[in-house]
Amino acid sequence: MHQSINNDFLQKAIGTPVRRLDALDKASGRAKYIADMKFDGLLYARMIRSSRARARLLHVAVPALPEGYYYISSNDIPEGGENRLYMITNDWRVFAEDTVRYIGETIGLLVGPDRNVLRDLEREIKISYEDLEPAFTIDEGLAVKGGPIHGEDNIFAEYNLKKGDPDSIFSGSYRIVEDEILTGFQEHAYMEPQGMVGEYKNGKYVITASCQCPYYMRKAVAGILAVDQEDIVVSQAITGGAFGGKEHFPDVIAGPLVVAVHVIRKPVQIVFDRHEDISFTAKRHPSRTRFRTAIDENNRIVGMDIDIAINGGGYQSCSHIVLQRAMFSVNSVYDLPNIRIRGRAVATNTFPSDAFRGFGAPQGIFACEMHMSHLARALEMDDAEFKQQYFVQTGGTTVTNGMIHEEVKLPEMLEKVLESSGYIEKNRLYAGEGAAKAVGISFYNHGGGFTGDGEKEIIKARVRVSRDQNHKVTIYVSNVEMGQGFQTTACKVAAKVLGIPLQDVFFQNPDTSVVPNSGPTVASRSMMIVGKLVERAARQLKNSWNDQGAVDAEEDYVQPPGIEWNSTTFQGDAYPAFGWGICAVEVAVDPATAEVETKGIWTVHDIGVPIDDLIVHGQVHGGVIQALGYGSLEKLEVKNGAFLQNTFADYIIPTTMDFPAVESDLVENPYEYGPFGAKGMGELVFDGAAAAYAAAVQKAVDRDICSIPVNPELIMKLRQA
Amino acid sequence: MQQITFILNGEKQVVSADPSSRLLDILRDTLGLTAVKEGCGEGECGACSVLKDGKLVNSCIVPMGSVDGAEITTLEGLRDTAEGENIISAYADSGAVQCGFCTPGMVMAAAALLRENPEPDEQEIREALSGNLCRCTGYNLLVKGVTLASERGKEKGIWQ
Repeated sequence: MHQSINNDFLQKAIGTPVRRLDALDKASGRAKYIADMKFDGLLYARMIRSSRARARLLHVAVPALPEGYYYISSNDIPEGGENRLYMITNDWRVFAEDTVRYIGETIGLLVGPDRNVLRDLEREIKISYEDLEPAFTIDEGLAVKGGPIHGEDNIFAEYNLKKGDPDSIFSGSYRIVEDEILTGFQEHAYMEPQGMVGEYKNGKYVITASCQCPYYMRKAVAGILAVDQEDIVVSQAITGGAFGGKEHFPDVIAGPLVVAVHVIRKPVQIVFDRHEDISFTAKRHPSRTRFRTAIDENNRIVGMDIDIAINGGGYQSCSHIVLQRAMFSVNSVYDLPNIRIRGRAVATNTFPSDAFRGFGAPQGIFACEMHMSHLARALEMDDAEFKQQYFVQTGGTTVTNGMIHEEVKLPEMLEKVLESSGYIEKNRLYAGEGAAKAVGISFYNHGGGFTGDGEKEIIKARVRVSRDQNHKVTIYVSNVEMGQGFQTTACKVAAKVLGIPLQDVFFQNPDTSVVPNSGPTVASRSMMIVGKLVERAARQLKNSWNDQGAVDAEEDYVQPPGIEWNSTTFQGDAYPAFGWGICAVEVAVDPATAEVETKGIWTVHDIGVPIDDLIVHGQVHGGVIQALGYGSLEKLEVKNGAFLQNTFADYIIPTTMDFPAVESDLVENPYEYGPFGAKGMGELVFDGAAAAYAAAVQKAVDRDICSIPVNPELIMKLRQA
Repeated sequence: MQQITFILNGEKQVVSADPSSRLLDILRDTLGLTAVKEGCGEGECGACSVLKDGKLVNSCIVPMGSVDGAEITTLEGLRDTAEGENIISAYADSGAVQCGFCTPGMVMAAAALLRENPEPDEQEIREALSGNLCRCTGYNLLVKGVTLASERGKEKGIWQ
């Protein structure tokens, strides 16, 4: 285990792979995740949660607790502190008070030294409720069943977009094709469950957490204790996967935790077990997208009327922003005329939905891709042939009437996928055979970074890169390594600029008392936005490389020129640059059992320039397989407000046996304002595979597929219809 | 409580434990062996994989009562051996490590496979890793990592 890290990328292209900096520590089991860390006098906490979806909370009867055990609730919030979490929206409570809005809402914390005793004590807590009539589905939320949960109409957010003149289209004599596309909940299923430890040290509340966004957490909890944000220190522990599930949701754990630490003044750990983690954490938003599309006599699309609704659950959190991205993604890679899009994020009494890789785009793109494939079927055309007529081009117009600035390489990418997958020949052959086999295809893009001017107006990222007297370099950013490889790729960027070996560049897990705020680890922004700042800071450092002593270089975000955005009207360039993708999936459907065997998976992506080929392909493989799980296996149902599936025995994520290897290809398309030409990619690679899979099965069974997961039950149902 | 005697990573170990307690908890909490991860606690994910008498098991569903007289190997007992180093570095060089939480279990699964079958094909590797869940990699590079470990191990004569 003494092989040195490969530094070939210093002489060759930056994408030349290196051994990841964290690989040996993790693979040898030496890396300490939060549950592995030792703290003196550590106490454990169990969340006491609502068992009712919607109710008045009448009374919590806590038994007499043994010495050293505590029950923490809203009564323990200090004077001046607020019982609310300062997340993207401030509506989520730290502890439920008068009412509960969903099963699993935090009511209190039981804290003490022995986890078995805590389990026994939990059973003795008696909570009395007066049940209210809940609303679980988008329709029930819109119908304000049981009275409003939020505002007067349960609408967390509603937006309307218009491109061209959609009003003129639907009064004419065009053929109208209607469609309704549904997607369900999805569980992140990061392998390391949620966990953190809170301590009181030197007058500060220190939270060591498995998380994506240390600065978000600091902001979310400071107001609970009525302290300054600087009095909260968030230190990221090695994080065993996140996928958006550790973007905001950890704040919901950190809130009660800091109250416990405030009262007890001892270190307190909350680590969820898997049952808690699946049952009681946020999920991907379910969606319902309706289309009315006008087709002229030449079989051309002349307009679309689109209505998107997403299920936000009991609190808003970031649902409005997820909705925005779903809307901005619902024409995907197509430049279509005369578009109207209405979007609504709806309050219900399910567990609040939140960030998950793609952040609304997977829902918008799945809906778009399936609807486009339904139009192709209605017009008796092949999907790829039909869809490519509408590919957006450089200078083309988005649904926010912004412009595509970059070169669009979709035609070149399509050629590659057609060739690698054998799409045309196979589909011709399979159609001729009448066999239940087919190749499906999907097209997608994903805007990198925050929407519109969010990077400039809200995030205002700052990074620092320092060189010590021994000419060792350290990168200070608030973005985390959570599996995606950012620690390694950020170090590669600095090393390449400075022309020094990777071993001389360091990147520690962020701690808010040490690193500047370069923003959250979200929105495919870490490399494209923060990596660019690291590149600039390294260039600055290079100029002072021979100065005496230690040298610091700081850089602040600057918006690329030519980006126009109105954050009130949502008009203009929603994103500065896009990643682009095509995915083809070949399936064989068993005529008797309706079981689907995936025979091949082929992708081509344009992510600008890869900073590390191996890391990029690892992201592609992982994103595609996670999306194929979403599209085929991962059924997560709600019954009376509770998730029916809550273990890995019934919530099925892909194993080694479910899908063959993903064949992943890239086209280079350097982005001027990304480091070494890189664009965002972590979410893009999730966005399209579910639609490619569904389109393949759709072709194989010759029925329109309108929902995921496409499992044997759904296929049987379609066959009978 | 009961005195339970077993061989842990080559050394005799005596612990006092409830026979129904989980091997995982004894390894992690009592003995501090944190390379063994808890991912699900119900034998579905493989993050807590160890070898019991040479066979791959999920330590979260192994009761201590069944450990008496057994031989247990965790990653701590494997990682500094030629066999362990070979698998660990092969995963590292193949890009098979992302968040890393499943990786210790994947190392144990690979070790169990390669002892039985030093030159597995892709299908055999996929079957051997099928009890270990990974959410990051989509498994491709893990499979390649095991292939690389097999090739390098053969050159080094690890399984002779």
